[in-house]
Amino acid sequence: MADILDLPRDVAIVAFSQVPSVAQETRTEAQMLVESINGVLEQSGIDRREIGFTVSGSCDYLTGATFTFVQMLEATAAWPPISESHVEADGAWAFYEGWVRLLHGDIDSVLVYASGKSSLGNQQEVMSLWLDPYYLETLGVDMFSYAGLQAQAVLNAGKGKESEWAEIAGRSRRDALSNPNAQVRGEVDPAELLREDYLRGPLRPHACPPVSDSAAAMLITTAEKAAKLGVEPVYVRGIDHRADPHYFGVRDLSVSESARIAGEKAAAKAGFGPGDVDVAELAAMYPHEEQILVDALGLGDGVRLNPSGGALAANPVMVTGLLRIGEAYNAIRSGSARRALAHAQSGPCLQQNLVCLLEGGNG
Amino acid sequence: MDRPSENFTLALKYKRTLGPVVGAFLTGLRDGRLVGIKTAEGRVLCPPLEYDPANGQRTGELVDLPDNGTVESWSWVSEPQRKHPLERPFAFATIRIDGADSALVHAVDAGSRDVMAAGLRVKAQYAEERTGRMRDLECFVPIA
Repeated sequence: MADILDLPRDVAIVAFSQVPSVAQETRTEAQMLVESINGVLEQSGIDRREIGFTVSGSCDYLTGATFTFVQMLEATAAWPPISESHVEADGAWAFYEGWVRLLHGDIDSVLVYASGKSSLGNQQEVMSLWLDPYYLETLGVDMFSYAGLQAQAVLNAGKGKESEWAEIAGRSRRDALSNPNAQVRGEVDPAELLREDYLRGPLRPHACPPVSDSAAAMLITTAEKAAKLGVEPVYVRGIDHRADPHYFGVRDLSVSESARIAGEKAAAKAGFGPGDVDVAELAAMYPHEEQILVDALGLGDGVRLNPSGGALAANPVMVTGLLRIGEAYNAIRSGSARRALAHAQSGPCLQQNLVCLLEGGNG
Repeated sequence: MDRPSENFTLALKYKRTLGPVVGAFLTGLRDGRLVGIKTAEGRVLCPPLEYDPANGQRTGELVDLPDNGTVESWSWVSEPQRKHPLERPFAFATIRIDGADSALVHAVDAGSRDVMAAGLRVKAQYAEERTGRMRDLECFVPIA
């Protein structure tokens, strides 16, 4: 068996398109995806019949209906029949499956897409439904409450302060001013933010993500196919994802072992590490999560964090992680980074972490 | 925007056995006592898990634990929501039961956020009617 470190082919991102994140989108997920998918087809010039594999990420729980990904397939114009897969997870995990699929060697292009409309339900409660039904979900532990437990653990360990969280939220909203796809933006005074009442002590509203609707699509290909299409490739040099135990009572919530290991494994494939990138797009939904991830990944002062505004500026559940990969790709394509890191997460309190290391074509 | 809504209860109408580990814990709650489980290395997990999260090994012997514990972290809920275990302000907390090496996630009826602190000693308070579910444990209360 070939060593996974000995990757047989160079895989590259060649196109990325997202619809702006908004608090309530009136179009369906399929309608948003038509725009996103058409976007990557136009950018890359690929004919949709050339695409070897299609893989998507979305979640029935947001819509409150079953097999909703089947409706989303309308957006791919799946005739003649296509080869397709779906993950009930953030689109970053669909991206991972697409990357693995390209390594098989028999196809040269994969369409990845993700969509989510958190506005359709009570997000606090919906995000409780993925918890273990016997020990956790039955207590009604909502998303802000379990995040608050982790935030307090960071305070207890002396690894963060509420004033730092307000600074991070302020930076995020300021960066979002230059991102037309972000949702929460503006110049804010962190001292003003600290006067908000707690939502779940120690978390104030500014330290929590917004409810967002969005969709995004990405085309990944082999290096040879990118050259044939005549588009500038951004290479996926390393990618890995790891999980911590689900029951967070057994974890030290002030650290993330799974993010650390995922970063190390991705670095072993890439030949460079998280600390060597110019830009890191972290799916940190809360400032304390950013602090935990910066520690776990060893991101130094030279790494620009979330220039897009990150998940505090827009958090379309199931899309947030794929957006991080897309924004890291954008940072390289725009020339503001040569190497970039993208992170995605799943589960309560940063349970599962994905780390992707990208490098520009001239790297 | 007003959204159309209709009350609807989605239910999975099956009874199921929870097995020798989770089942033992919830049966313990029904009887008004806390149960933990020993890992191969002798660490005690409460609530018990079927596998040791540190190494994936099967856990072993069930052990009875006292009703007292110590708060590690917490999240203060000033406006309880409809699915929350208490109707008055409370904290969700991670609580290390005496004799355990891991924490239990539950509610602490502390009255005020100011009472919550790492190291706060708490005691289990059981519901009067118990049916073998997590909610048989109503909450934890500070030990005066």
